[in-house]
Amino acid sequence: MRALDRKLLRDLRRIWAQSLAIALVLGCGIMVLTLSAGTQRSLTETRAAYYERHRFADVFSSLTRAPRQVLGEIARIDGVMRVEGRVVFTALLDLENLKEPASARVISLPASGDAILNVPLIRHGRLPEALQQNEVAISEPFAEANGLVPGDRFRAILNGRKRELVVTGTVLSPEYIYTIGAGALMPDDRHFGLIWMRDTAAAPVKNLEGAFNDLSLSLSREANEAAVIAAVDRILAPYGGTGAYGRDRQASNVFIDSELKQLGAMSTVLPPIFLIVSGFLVNMVLGRLVALDRAQIGLFKAVGYSTRTIALHYLKMTAGIGVLGVLIGWAFGWWLGHEMTQMYTDFFRFPWLIYRPGAWPLVISGVLGIVAVILGALRAVNASVRLAPAVAMSPPAPPVFRHGLADGLGHTLGLRQTTMMILRSIIQWPGRAAVTMFGVSGSVAVLVASFFSFDAIDLINEELFEKTNRQDATLVLSANLNDSAVIDASHLPGVLRAEGSYVIPVRLSNGTKTRLLALQARAPEATLTQMLDTEGRALTPSTAGIVLPEALARTLAVAPGDTLRIDLLSPPRESWLVPVASVIRQSLGQDAYFDRDTLFQRLRQTPQVNMIHVEIDPTRLAELQARVQDTPAIASFTLWQNVRDEFVALLSESIVSMTIIFSLLGMLITIGVVYNATRIQLAERAHELASLRVLGFRRSEVGYVLVVEQMLLTVVAIPIGWLAGYGFTLLMSQGFSTDVVTIPVIVTQRTFAVAALIVLCSALGAVLLVRRRLDRIDIVSALKQKE
Amino acid sequence: MQTAILRTEDVTKVYHTGAVDVHALRGIDLSLYEGEIVVLLGASGSGKSTLLNILGALDRPSSGRVFFRDQELTDLSDAALTEFRRDRVGFVFQFYNLVPSLTAQENVALVTEIAEAPMTPAEALSRVGLSERMSHFPAELSGGEQQRVAIARAIAKRPDILLCDEPTGALDSKTGITVLEALVEVNRSLGTTTALITHNAAIRRIAHRVIYMADGEISRIEENPNRVAPSEVSW
Repeated sequence: MRALDRKLLRDLRRIWAQSLAIALVLGCGIMVLTLSAGTQRSLTETRAAYYERHRFADVFSSLTRAPRQVLGEIARIDGVMRVEGRVVFTALLDLENLKEPASARVISLPASGDAILNVPLIRHGRLPEALQQNEVAISEPFAEANGLVPGDRFRAILNGRKRELVVTGTVLSPEYIYTIGAGALMPDDRHFGLIWMRDTAAAPVKNLEGAFNDLSLSLSREANEAAVIAAVDRILAPYGGTGAYGRDRQASNVFIDSELKQLGAMSTVLPPIFLIVSGFLVNMVLGRLVALDRAQIGLFKAVGYSTRTIALHYLKMTAGIGVLGVLIGWAFGWWLGHEMTQMYTDFFRFPWLIYRPGAWPLVISGVLGIVAVILGALRAVNASVRLAPAVAMSPPAPPVFRHGLADGLGHTLGLRQTTMMILRSIIQWPGRAAVTMFGVSGSVAVLVASFFSFDAIDLINEELFEKTNRQDATLVLSANLNDSAVIDASHLPGVLRAEGSYVIPVRLSNGTKTRLLALQARAPEATLTQMLDTEGRALTPSTAGIVLPEALARTLAVAPGDTLRIDLLSPPRESWLVPVASVIRQSLGQDAYFDRDTLFQRLRQTPQVNMIHVEIDPTRLAELQARVQDTPAIASFTLWQNVRDEFVALLSESIVSMTIIFSLLGMLITIGVVYNATRIQLAERAHELASLRVLGFRRSEVGYVLVVEQMLLTVVAIPIGWLAGYGFTLLMSQGFSTDVVTIPVIVTQRTFAVAALIVLCSALGAVLLVRRRLDRIDIVSALKQKE
Repeated sequence: MQTAILRTEDVTKVYHTGAVDVHALRGIDLSLYEGEIVVLLGASGSGKSTLLNILGALDRPSSGRVFFRDQELTDLSDAALTEFRRDRVGFVFQFYNLVPSLTAQENVALVTEIAEAPMTPAEALSRVGLSERMSHFPAELSGGEQQRVAIARAIAKRPDILLCDEPTGALDSKTGITVLEALVEVNRSLGTTTALITHNAAIRRIAHRVIYMADGEISRIEENPNRVAPSEVSW
């Protein structure tokens, strides 16, 4: 081994702690990029494979009833590949382990054989046998939540009669990766399940023998989806079609899309911060390391090494650190990406996991990492190798300080000289201070942007469950009933108050922008459910026009005063032109609202209800639940406390782990930056600090100079980090918000405080780690070094 | 009889560097008296600086005892030695050891801020003839001026002992003399015991006593009844 290479290895060993700190920060940046890009890609591929193997349909529509012959007509539409008509309805269940009623969506399977589209994936047992009226397969999450296994029996209310059903198997479906019951906002696996029955068993329940009320179809590669949807709508209109839609409006798919989009936001907003910070840090530290080697560089040149050889030597050394960082980043990114993908796979209940992070995140992050360190080294090497050997071997000229800002400040505040040293050092080397502040404020920003998700969840939680939905339970009715059903409901046991609601499927359009959604009729006197204006205040429905959630108004590009076209997708199937009355804040869901009386006047009907919100005496809940199970008019019963619990659990699961990772990384950046900055300070000022000890300064007083300079920079960087963090929050909120979920931009004082506290503690820990070295400095030899 | 302010008993110092032990001091018995100027003369490596560092509590002896008046320093904790330096000792080094980011006045204030009964920085600087250069940074001062700032900084706390390690070593003779004048003036007006290391034999003429060192031992001690003013010294 050549002498220079041996020196390289020993140098690396000597500065191992600093090298490791640099490599770790660099590794963080690389890890985040590898992790988020890898997870997103793997999940996208896993989903695509799942969809393909289980023939997830491309277009969906529900309708009232159409004879099976219509399927042939639909199959002839240009671009349609496969068509399947099914019978789908909601049923109440009576489960032994639950006091409260559960509900299920019943989905028909062909009379024999496998489904054509949306093919269920059998996890345990088998599908129901043809002609077996009481056999069902149930969704796996529902089976697990309720402890049901093949062979078990449970009761369902089908067509007003209780029937005993036998579980033959548990299945998963690409159509219901994410399962939400009617009237619910969140999945609730205990209280809502999916049941697959043979068509011969399901159709008679709804008198749909030889007919279907749910359509799925797949498209050929070159099909024009919009044209197919228009054709399907045309064909199904006489049969009560409520509007066909593509995968982009299919509930389960949309939710997964939004999760993937959120992952995408994480992988585009946060990693650049880490990469940039680590780049700067590496630049700063390596620059100083090489600069400290100045005398050696002079010596090498004096004994005849070429500038090229010396430059190469230092580049090798820094590349070594860079490679270490890249490898750490890749390894952790790969491993965490796998864990994260696994977590999401379990969360979404994908039947398998394809972990294929792809090469480009590795390549890009690796190249960026190496470039960052090489650039940092080049700058310093360049400055040092240019010097004549004699100049390089003598110590660098002392810095020239000038009077300025610090004088006035010191005089006015009566600062001690040790504080003046700190101020002048910061002013003398603003670039160095800037790097520290950049790193620290980056940390704060990352922490604010991560913790903001908790604030957003809290706000959504409060608005969703305390302000908007204040009812204890919601009853979804099997059919539209006269308004008097509300009075009947108020007489159910334990019901203190009941308010009716009416939901009608509509298509809203503004020019080419259209959305299918539910239009809710709202009575002005309703208090159990409320709308909130954009400031979060309660709002009564307007008689002047339609009320839209902000996100929907944005999608349709309308503002209050603009006119929208409403196509009613159930009788009387009219089209209206209606002004937008106001825009409301709604974090979840896309329903639009209309004043009840105005709506029914336009419909020329007496007011009807198909949903009833109730306030309940909690002590009589069991009694109410028992009664609901015996009431055929009620299709489902949702307890809002369950919804709320599910909501919290769901969001916590997916967000908490990301938040933990990013918080750790945020801390690591501060530690890396501050530790290195302090080490540089110590190396450059060891002589000065030893002089203070000679003058009789105590250890604590000398430590003050080292500690306070870094902590001062940290403290100044925190507000900058808050500001940047708020900026990232805006980006994240945009990245996280989808058609169905609107993430509010809200950062509480708690979040700002926690971020600041974590960074302060991390910085202090890092400084104190270096301060211990100060205690070990030998005054005499430190003084001699200069001579 | 003269009172000893600093006293050593059989002080040795051994540096363990790798395989070899370097005996820097071999049994030093020495007393420094109130108000005197002592010059320690000796070749490079004779142990002068090591002795000065031990006298000034910058370093500990390997064996032997050091007393400041009646107090034994050898037993004291690190913190107590810091207090001793802070209150009793002033140092002047060959390379000044000024803090480059502080002006002349601020360098002196560095010490006056932590001392018990200091003079003002302005007074300390005027004693070394630098009243006009108070707000200059070290880089804006000549070597002699910098060394005089270092002396002002050392005496501002009114120390009992002033320890100077080659204070003129980095200066030309003319500048060196102004520095020596400052030291003698401080000794005269404040009565500060001053120990001065040099390998420049000419300087011995300003001292009350001259201590010759060689190979870690005191080879001889000379009284100097015919002291001269620094201006009469030349080299």
